[in-house]
Amino acid sequence: MADPGAHRAIEAIWRIESARLIAGLARMVRDVGLAEELAQDALVAALERWPGSGIPESPGAWLMATAKHRAIDLLRRGKQQERKHEELGRELEAEREIAAADPDGSDAAAEDGVGDDLLRLVLVACHPVLSTEARVALTLRLVGGLTTEEIARAYLVPVPTIAQRIVRAKRTLAEARVPFEVPRGAELAPRLSSVLEVIYLVFNEGYAATAGDDWMRPALCEDALRLGRILAGLVPDEPEVHGLVALLELQASRTRARLGPSGEPILLLDQNRARWDGVLIRRGLAALERAEQLGGAEGPYALQAAIAACHARARTAGETDWPRIAALYGVLARRVPSPVVELNRAVAVGMAHGPAAGLALVDALTSEPSLRSYHLLPSVRGDLLSKLGRLDEARVELERAASLARNARERDLLLRRAAECAR
Amino acid sequence: MRFMVIVKATPSSEAGTLPEPKLLEEMGKYNEELVKAGVLLAGEGLHPSSKGARVRFSGTKRTVIDGPFAETKELVAGFWLFQVKSLEEAIEWVKRCPNPMPGTEAEIEIRRVFEPSDFEPAISPEVREAEERMRVQLAAKK
Repeated sequence: MADPGAHRAIEAIWRIESARLIAGLARMVRDVGLAEELAQDALVAALERWPGSGIPESPGAWLMATAKHRAIDLLRRGKQQERKHEELGRELEAEREIAAADPDGSDAAAEDGVGDDLLRLVLVACHPVLSTEARVALTLRLVGGLTTEEIARAYLVPVPTIAQRIVRAKRTLAEARVPFEVPRGAELAPRLSSVLEVIYLVFNEGYAATAGDDWMRPALCEDALRLGRILAGLVPDEPEVHGLVALLELQASRTRARLGPSGEPILLLDQNRARWDGVLIRRGLAALERAEQLGGAEGPYALQAAIAACHARARTAGETDWPRIAALYGVLARRVPSPVVELNRAVAVGMAHGPAAGLALVDALTSEPSLRSYHLLPSVRGDLLSKLGRLDEARVELERAASLARNARERDLLLRRAAECAR
Repeated sequence: MRFMVIVKATPSSEAGTLPEPKLLEEMGKYNEELVKAGVLLAGEGLHPSSKGARVRFSGTKRTVIDGPFAETKELVAGFWLFQVKSLEEAIEWVKRCPNPMPGTEAEIEIRRVFEPSDFEPAISPEVREAEERMRVQLAAKK
């Protein structure tokens, strides 16, 4: 007989404990897929027993002990029979390790081990052998503790699609024999980059989608933020991790100001800054400072965060430090050259040094192939032309931008701006 | 979702008794757990009410009342702001907190923070329809 209150409490405990549980098991059984199955088995046992017996004082320890018993059971029953002898030797060693391992994780020394295990799990979930979508799904599932249903809803795809994606991802990791370890030295940086990329992708999925599409979308931003903060705790000496967290906190600080009453998007410079979240701004600025203190001021995420920080510090749009933003884009353009960065730099230069200066930079981009269907190119050009009083040209550009818009609201906003040029 | 987690006062906290080193250490570890889990947004301790004041509103009349205030159990001694997915998750985290007032009974209250989406009207059907049409158009273009 299901007790909904107990179930919700158990779900909450799962969200708190599952990543560490899976991480600890993965170290023991050396297989992320198997680790997750064992963890899920423990969850099932909890759902069966706890409503009746009450929630144990140390739910995490209970889950771990249950999962480990199951792991030893499986090894003994020879479910791994099809594996070769040397693997059997490893499994027996694993069994001994499981049996001997600190039963409730209360060792002080084990605390670092837990952090290491979680870092290993994060790195494996974002392993380059997996496709980007697989990394996202696996990370949200194993590290974020999201259910398959929650991930499917967030990405607006059917549940079986995500389920299959996760199954295949685990199989790929097993077949590629991806080791459960933290890469050493120079190998760590690119692997961390992959994790940062996954987190940023999840955030953008929630941020770029305008609210009203699905109530899950803002939750994705929160999940990404949480993952970023967790990672910052795991590798506190990595400046770009703090840089990414800073960027996410600062971008998230504007969520409440980005949409009007009927869901229409409001441009940053037009937003009501009283609706910007001061708590998140403070956290973002603190994270940026940490990145800079660690010598990471010129990392790509730190640079983008520094730009966001310029906006956050300005009490009104008029007080924005545009020369600083333009300079930061200049550095970013040298570190990560891209037409989109150059376009953003053009906007900042236009604000700092006048629309003609901005237009000169934008005109250099008009033949850029990757920007051909990018609505922001004609949108920016139209805006600069309008400021120069070249209203007919501005209207044409803004209408073109509207035709390239990605959704109805963007299109309507651009058409409105185009119409204003016709007055 | 955000929750404000409110530590209620006790006679000891109102007397300005500083926490024992052991409690400080345990609270430090707990706060670190919250940070590492990505759940803690903010947190502060408050001075005893003797250092505070109240302003009473009655029509246009404003009356200032100096602390301390009598109803100790209802006073706020400190607070956290959590970001979690549900009230149950906030409760689970609070259960893991060391007793903030060792030796006596203590209470921690959990209250959900209003988000703007709680206030805003739902998106209008016309806009939703237009959005759906655009989505179909974009899908057809691919």
